[in-house]
Amino acid sequence: MQRLFSLLFVFGLAACSNLTEPTASLPGAAGNPQSQEYFKAVVGDRVLFAVDEAVLSAQARQTLEGQARWLIDNPTFNARIEGHADEQGTREYNLALGARRAAAVKEFLVARGVADGRLDTVSFGKERPIEICSNEACYARNRRAVTLVIAGGETT
Amino acid sequence: MLRGLLFLLLASLALPALAQDTRGPLRIEITEGVVEPVPIAIPDFLTSDPFLAETAAQIVGVVRADLSGSGIFRPIPSDAFISPVTSFDSPVGYSDWQKINAQALATGRVLKNGDQITVQFRLFDVFAETALGEGLQFTAPEESWRRIAHKVADAIYSRITGEGGYFDSRVVYVAESGPKDARDKRLAIMDYDGANQSYLTAPGGLVLAPRLSPQGRQLIYTSYASGRPQITLMDTETLKTRALDDQPGSMTFSPRFTPDGNSVLFSLAERGNTDLYRLDLASGTRTRLTNAPSIETAPSYAPDGERIVFESDRSGNQQLYIMKADGSGVERISFGPGRYGTPVWSPKGDLIAFTKQHQGRFHIGVMRPDGSEERLLTASFLDESPSWAPNGRVLMFTRESPGAAGGAQLFSVDVTGRNLRPVATPGPASDPAWSPLLE
Repeated sequence: MQRLFSLLFVFGLAACSNLTEPTASLPGAAGNPQSQEYFKAVVGDRVLFAVDEAVLSAQARQTLEGQARWLIDNPTFNARIEGHADEQGTREYNLALGARRAAAVKEFLVARGVADGRLDTVSFGKERPIEICSNEACYARNRRAVTLVIAGGETT
Repeated sequence: MLRGLLFLLLASLALPALAQDTRGPLRIEITEGVVEPVPIAIPDFLTSDPFLAETAAQIVGVVRADLSGSGIFRPIPSDAFISPVTSFDSPVGYSDWQKINAQALATGRVLKNGDQITVQFRLFDVFAETALGEGLQFTAPEESWRRIAHKVADAIYSRITGEGGYFDSRVVYVAESGPKDARDKRLAIMDYDGANQSYLTAPGGLVLAPRLSPQGRQLIYTSYASGRPQITLMDTETLKTRALDDQPGSMTFSPRFTPDGNSVLFSLAERGNTDLYRLDLASGTRTRLTNAPSIETAPSYAPDGERIVFESDRSGNQQLYIMKADGSGVERISFGPGRYGTPVWSPKGDLIAFTKQHQGRFHIGVMRPDGSEERLLTASFLDESPSWAPNGRVLMFTRESPGAAGGAQLFSVDVTGRNLRPVATPGPASDPAWSPLLE
């Protein structure tokens, strides 16, 4: 059982380098227009998609217009756009679909004048739902792209 | 870890001359779907060493469990036996086994062999009154008794079905914990039957869809260690990892080894468009195989390496396609109602397993590589990610249950759709990757 021991040993080492989610700093409450909370609460940090779609709805475009203005007004922030899918779908396809959704948001923001280099995209596929029921009410909220603004970006 | 763990020494045992029967030997065709499992008698393995009695009992227990778990055999309870087997070398009293309708009889004994043990066994066709092949013996360290038992069960399975065995194999999978909206996923490995569990990555991560190299020495999977999905290579001996195709901002996923193990097929998402690439592991050279605005993912090679099956939504929804290894000659093969994804070419080359979504249900299915003879094997709220047993006759897959309390569990099913059963894991589990037979 020498193998088992070496496994545990290696694992013990690996545990020291735990993966941590990147957390944005929190410069102030939602009352502060230069804050992530304000962006989330007032501007709106997410847009929703129809099943299997990455097309931006009129409502999504309206939200993204606000996001673009905010990002242009707050050049010290960068943004990370997370694309997500609901659980009705295979894992790989949903990763690709989440990438499509994140890219659709990024393209819109870039077209509205946000510098390409300030926007990063990532897909979580169906791995990180925010609603955990298994019906359309939850699925609709999980088919989303979320813009996370992160302080400390480019100063233009 | 999958190779070189131990050396099993095989030697054939000379057997007393036995009358040959003119009937064909006992043979079960798995492809027909085994409705009635074959009754087989596996008396307790003999040992003259009292210190080996417990090991002998454990070995025969695993042999019976393997064969019973295949759905193809039904080990007859020992209390039905008419006369005990008291000597490994005595002639078989076939009539006593015929009376309890044992179609096959497997006898064995366990011997001390220095600091190792040797297990000898013989298999008989009870009604033909003849041995099925020569006797075999396996020698290994005593703590590897499970592997010896799996080898014995593989030999029995193989001799009666004519197919390769699959019991002496391991499965890498994703061990899940935590709530559905913050699930912790780490790689784990176990024997095919759930024994000998251990973790390969730390808790607190998100990893997806591991795949084993053809020789089992390397693992490739999708990791979020950098914050975005990235294909990552792990040495199964040292557990050292290396992110592959590590380019700023790129998202890579859905990796699978080429049959020679020298390259990896994968999906790369760039500006929202996902295409298929091949990466040469030694040189790092990346070759683009598809170039379409649609989603191309979940590639899997034919065992001969000549063709690749993958999924694409170029027709408007997910369907299965085959292309040559260089990316040319793309042909759609799935035409039934619904959507098809996660195709996996069988190690025998004769079938492609897939996930199908139709009318709100998920199915694991198989079809011929030309798309014919589609057969759905399962149905549930969410089945996906089939992986082939080394003999290409059994599939393991993920079944997820709905709702906040829903969780993932591994199941197996044979290619005829029979013998659906959960696979024992310590907790929720997904994305199985079945190893080749161990050496």
